[in-house]
Amino acid sequence: MSAVALGLAGYLLVTLVPVALRALRGPTTADRVLAVTLAGTTGIAALALIGRATGVGALLDVALVLAVLAAVPVVVYTTRVVDRS
Amino acid sequence: MAVDVLGAVLAVAGAAFFTAGAVGVLRLPDLHSRLHALTKADNVGLGLVAAGLALTAGSASEALKLGLLWLVTVSASATATYLLAATAHERAPRSGRARAAEVDGAG
Repeated sequence: MSAVALGLAGYLLVTLVPVALRALRGPTTADRVLAVTLAGTTGIAALALIGRATGVGALLDVALVLAVLAAVPVVVYTTRVVDRS
Repeated sequence: MAVDVLGAVLAVAGAAFFTAGAVGVLRLPDLHSRLHALTKADNVGLGLVAAGLALTAGSASEALKLGLLWLVTVSASATATYLLAATAHERAPRSGRARAAEVDGAG
């Protein structure tokens, strides 16, 4: 399982490339925020997989913290847009 | 042993959903359809990866943590996509394909 987990984690990091392209292209800020959100979720999955592969249990806690914080950028972006209009 | 294989299969299936999400976010034509791709990767992809890891977890607390991880992500993702879609709709109520469908008389 740990070899599979490590391979999958590496693969998930590769899938960040199209997500990063979307974040660079936009065209709207909402598209960029969306791409960053997906990158965050991919990072959460990769952290959980790396934690299993290496046996470092603390990485699962890191993934949990990242999951809790993942909603913050979107909330900040949307409230700023609503406030401005 | 069978549980190990099942866990690996679930995790690989989750990675496939992440692939679909990443490709969809890059290729789909407008924000609302990209949000659709994002939620699939968030909810199903991470759910399958967490399920695969939880099945092969060494302890009950690790499995529970993975379940909590998925629950937190699903609620955060539901909130985030709703906020993004509502904000985009507020700023440009008729955009992309919705407007095209309306012009075609289908909307």
